[in-house]
Amino acid sequence: MLETAFFNLFAGLSIFAGLGVVLSRNTMHAVMFLIFCFFNAAGLFFLLDAEFLGIILILIYVGAVMVLFMFAIMMLEVNVSKMRDNFLQYLPLGGMIAVILMIEFVAASTTGVFTEGAKATAEHLAMDVNNTKEIGQILYTKYLLGFEIAAIILLVALVGAIVLTIRGRKDAKYQNISKQVNVRREDRVRKVSM
Amino acid sequence: MSGLDMAIQGGIWALEILAIAVPIALSVAYITYFERRIIGWIQVRKGCNRVGPAGLLQPLADGLKLVLKETIIPARANKMLFIGAPLLSLMPALVAFAVVPFGETSLFGVWETPHIMAISNLNVGLLYVMAISSLSVYGVLMAGWASNSKYPIMGSIRSTCQMISYEISMGFGLVTVMMLAGSLNLSDIVHAQAGGILHWYMIPLFPMLIVFFISGCAETGRTPFDLTETEELVSGYYTEYSGMWFATFSLAEYGAMIMISLLTSILFLGGWYAPIPALDIIPGTVWLLGKTAFLIFVFIWFRATFPRYRYDQMMRLGWKIFLPWTLGWIFVVGMFIYTPGLDGIIDFWLAWR
Repeated sequence: MLETAFFNLFAGLSIFAGLGVVLSRNTMHAVMFLIFCFFNAAGLFFLLDAEFLGIILILIYVGAVMVLFMFAIMMLEVNVSKMRDNFLQYLPLGGMIAVILMIEFVAASTTGVFTEGAKATAEHLAMDVNNTKEIGQILYTKYLLGFEIAAIILLVALVGAIVLTIRGRKDAKYQNISKQVNVRREDRVRKVSM
Repeated sequence: MSGLDMAIQGGIWALEILAIAVPIALSVAYITYFERRIIGWIQVRKGCNRVGPAGLLQPLADGLKLVLKETIIPARANKMLFIGAPLLSLMPALVAFAVVPFGETSLFGVWETPHIMAISNLNVGLLYVMAISSLSVYGVLMAGWASNSKYPIMGSIRSTCQMISYEISMGFGLVTVMMLAGSLNLSDIVHAQAGGILHWYMIPLFPMLIVFFISGCAETGRTPFDLTETEELVSGYYTEYSGMWFATFSLAEYGAMIMISLLTSILFLGGWYAPIPALDIIPGTVWLLGKTAFLIFVFIWFRATFPRYRYDQMMRLGWKIFLPWTLGWIFVVGMFIYTPGLDGIIDFWLAWR
């Protein structure tokens, strides 16, 4: 009973936050709503005994990705009136995606996974099941190849981003810190006999 | 579970939360007092000694002053986020304490097995602490942005860069602890260090202890790293804040300082164990709080000793020194664990083999 109550709370709040992301005028508010939405999704993971995934969702998405997202948004100049002008041109594409999603949701909900009895039979994991360990074991054995490929892709993206944005400016001035630290008094001060 | 049971459980939870939150608020107030006294002592002057005996009522007087001050909200500020920002930075600082084990007790022999003194003994406690403390960035970012003024936004961007940079080396430092302890549960990590000072992780992970503690300094914006929020540099992200909302930011800062000290003692300094097993007759909580108090003293000592970093020096320390160090140490620890000749050395600290 308590679990259902919490599920409804988290699910309801995440839908509310999702609506907030789309509907709020202020982009900063939209980002805050998105963060709130992630929190509720993490709550849903906790209810499913997937505490590792929940924490990782907060750690990676809220703690790292959204911060950089916010940086980008703070730097953007958002011209609302200009955006309004071209608003309708996105309607066909957006509408199509909405319809496809709707069909998918209806199809998924009629498969019987979400019927009243099926929910009750979903067992909880035992207290001593360590889900960090389980995920680690399966990632590094069964799905090792996929995991490594994902890691390589991320590394390539990282190097690529640096290569694309680095500008080796000739006129930039740098300080050589080891040189600064290694300076001795004799290099700077000279005793002159008068 | 009947309604009465649930009410009792709720009451117990509320008491547990109060039993941790109230001492934290009090100790934050008195850390400011001790900070002033200790810095005074280091600089051969008195420090605050006027209000009450030996100045002991000074924190209360300061608190009263801050409450009575007017809270000014700039006219063009985003009001909701301006008020929300201090709360956003205070909340993670307090919520992180939920998983900290303050010791273990059998309640004078009433319980048969010792229980961990924590609000929640999470299996992913270490990750939880990392996740929650990474949220404090939002308070800073929001404060800068919502003030709608150029100095706060510059300050907040600089502070955010600093916090993100040092979080990475902090996280990698924790990975080495996980590798030795084989667990993310904070109380299991302490149990893995049982048996005297030689078993503490500060011996095999000494460089990580240094990296973690200095990164903690940078995370909380304490002195060698307070270049983004000092008075001379227009106070960084909280330029526009006054009165109680300003105090909330410093409450969060001191709370985070206590948290870092607690975590360092738990992860590297043996938590609630005494340096010599014979001394374990003194309750573990005393040891843990003693170690924490010493580390808080070290924070204050840093403040009185070191000059401030320049921005580029701070970035260099985080990215070019700490990050390679921590990555290198992960490699070294991994190598010791899995190389047949070397694993005899590390087996002494390895809890899971």
